[in-house]
Amino acid sequence: MAQIFAYITHKNGKADDTALELAAAAKKINAGADIKAVVVGSGVDAVCQEAAASFKEVWKIDKAEVAYPNAEIIRGLLVNALPKDAIVLLAHDTFAMDLGPGLSIKKGVPYVADVVGIDAVEGSTLKAVRQEFGGQISTHVSCDIASGAVITLRPGAFEADESKSAGGSVVDKTGDAGTVAAKRKFLEVVQAEAGEVDITKADVLVSIGRGIEDQENIPIAQELAEAMGAVVSCSRPIVDAKWLEKARQVGTSGQTVKPNIYMAMGISGSFQHLGGIKGGYIIAVNKNSKAPIFQVADIGVVANILEVMPALTEKIKEG
Amino acid sequence: MEILVCVKRVPDTEENEIRLNSAGNDIERDDLVYSVNEWDNYAVEEAIQIIDRVGGCVTVVTVGNEEAEEVLRREMAMGAEKGILLKDAAFESCDGKGIATILAGLVKKGKYDLILTGAQADDGAAQVGGMLAAMLDLPYASLVNKIEVQDNKLKVGREIEGGNQEMNEIELPCVLSIQTGINEPRYVGIRGIRKVASVEIPAYGASDLGVDAGSIGAVVKRTDYFVPAMGEGAEMITGSLDEIVAKLVEILKAKGGIK
Ligand SMILES: Cc1cc2nc3c(=O)[nH]c(=O)nc-3n(C[C@H](O)[C@H](O)[C@H](O)COP(=O)(O)OP(=O)(O)OC[C@H]3O[C@@H](n4cnc5c(N)ncnc54)[C@H](O)[C@@H]3O)c2cc1C
Repeated sequence: MAQIFAYITHKNGKADDTALELAAAAKKINAGADIKAVVVGSGVDAVCQEAAASFKEVWKIDKAEVAYPNAEIIRGLLVNALPKDAIVLLAHDTFAMDLGPGLSIKKGVPYVADVVGIDAVEGSTLKAVRQEFGGQISTHVSCDIASGAVITLRPGAFEADESKSAGGSVVDKTGDAGTVAAKRKFLEVVQAEAGEVDITKADVLVSIGRGIEDQENIPIAQELAEAMGAVVSCSRPIVDAKWLEKARQVGTSGQTVKPNIYMAMGISGSFQHLGGIKGGYIIAVNKNSKAPIFQVADIGVVANILEVMPALTEKIKEG
Repeated sequence: MEILVCVKRVPDTEENEIRLNSAGNDIERDDLVYSVNEWDNYAVEEAIQIIDRVGGCVTVVTVGNEEAEEVLRREMAMGAEKGILLKDAAFESCDGKGIATILAGLVKKGKYDLILTGAQADDGAAQVGGMLAAMLDLPYASLVNKIEVQDNKLKVGREIEGGNQEMNEIELPCVLSIQTGINEPRYVGIRGIRKVASVEIPAYGASDLGVDAGSIGAVVKRTDYFVPAMGEGAEMITGSLDEIVAKLVEILKAKGGIK
């Protein structure tokens, strides 16, 4: 079978946690394969060494122009340096969304996005699990990976392979990667603004999602939070609608929180939202009994939050 | 500026409980409420705001059946001047790559400076924009949440993890996928819909677009649909509102959730 490459993303000289998840997923595709890692960037020796603990061979592409990961340039470098039939694994993050689809087209191979499970590889047919409709429905997908593939894996869906016993070697492939012209130029990263509250420090969060329905209902959540001594946080649509400030958004493109108690009120539980909740006892209230949030919550209530929240506030105030 | 925005009609996950059909090979599509893919509304709004500033024309396009015309009309009611429907029996079994191939066929027929898609749609794959750009050899940026027009290029912000923003310069023509939150999509009233009700929407099939109908079948095939395993699953509390609330207070007190 084709060689498997795990693309290692990294920041400040450290590999992302997903590197070990890719190692685990790669073994599900081919348990016997020598899985290679590929590290692209500028001054990446430390990352390569780190990756060598988990991968037998690490291909290094070290170039000044990808000191920041410009997907357009990296796509060209990978097309030049990797074997045509390589199976490339990436963590399904904002970089993969930038790189993956175009890479699959330029390599002429299938693209399987946001995989949450790998059932089997039979012959050269990959059988994988994906989710649709915000996680409400799962689907088995299959495709032929004999001539290569680009596969992105949902962060957190595969248990990290912590064995770190590969004792791998680093091979410099910078020469093979050639040079790539780009019509997109990286300028800078603008850091998120700090808000007036720091939801990452709160013990108890009353978190509201689109189920709050209207800006006018926001005070219902604020009153509940006040009665509990909690802080109000939210899912992304609430911030997109400008009902609450960005600093209150929980999720991969917002804040990561670790409260003792997380009250998910009218939040469906998409993976980008759940990606921001690290630990805590989750109490979910949602009118849809099939909402994916109930898969991860400790306590679930199928009800209208616009009824539950005021009644709860009143009860708490009664003491 | 000539802007093309690719939009999709999708089941509204907020309005529907998505269920499997009895055969388990699709979702139950009867009685579903459909709407425009959330991300696409932001893309159309952004296109309209750009031409309000620099002049030009916004065209919305969708790959779908007759019913998909309703999302084109909705987006035209927002202010898109033209709508195009890409419809052919051969399009029905496409995956993301097939959709990108069809859209690429349309783009080649016209002359667009900027092509926008939503960041993702109901299948969550976030793939069509990036594939389309690669097929057309155009530069691409995904998850765009800010656009500034400058001469023959754009300054765009991409949303990255942690709410940070990555600024890039990108040459025109280009393809961008638009992330929610970039703007506030305008409200579309019945009057707006009525105004565009009689505008003619041309429909093109595979041969009109120069697309080989045999080449667009799904490469990544769905074999079935199923309801995800419930994980550990939540302990469900049932009862009257009073009972539920009493139980919640009890749990909150026990877990230190009330100060
Ligand atoms: C790259 C990327 C990054 C993203 N980052 C984030 C992120 O950081 N954080 C984030 O949250 N999202 C993020 N998203 C968006 C995410 O995919 C979901 O769209 C979003 O989390 C959905 O928010 P929600 O659960 O509030 O809304 P919905 O999914 O619309 O769910 C609303 C829920 O409320 C329920 N409901 C409605 N009315 C009531 C009522 N009266 N009472 C009780 N229940 C009710 C419904 O049944 C439904 O389950 C990101 C998306 C992308 C593509």
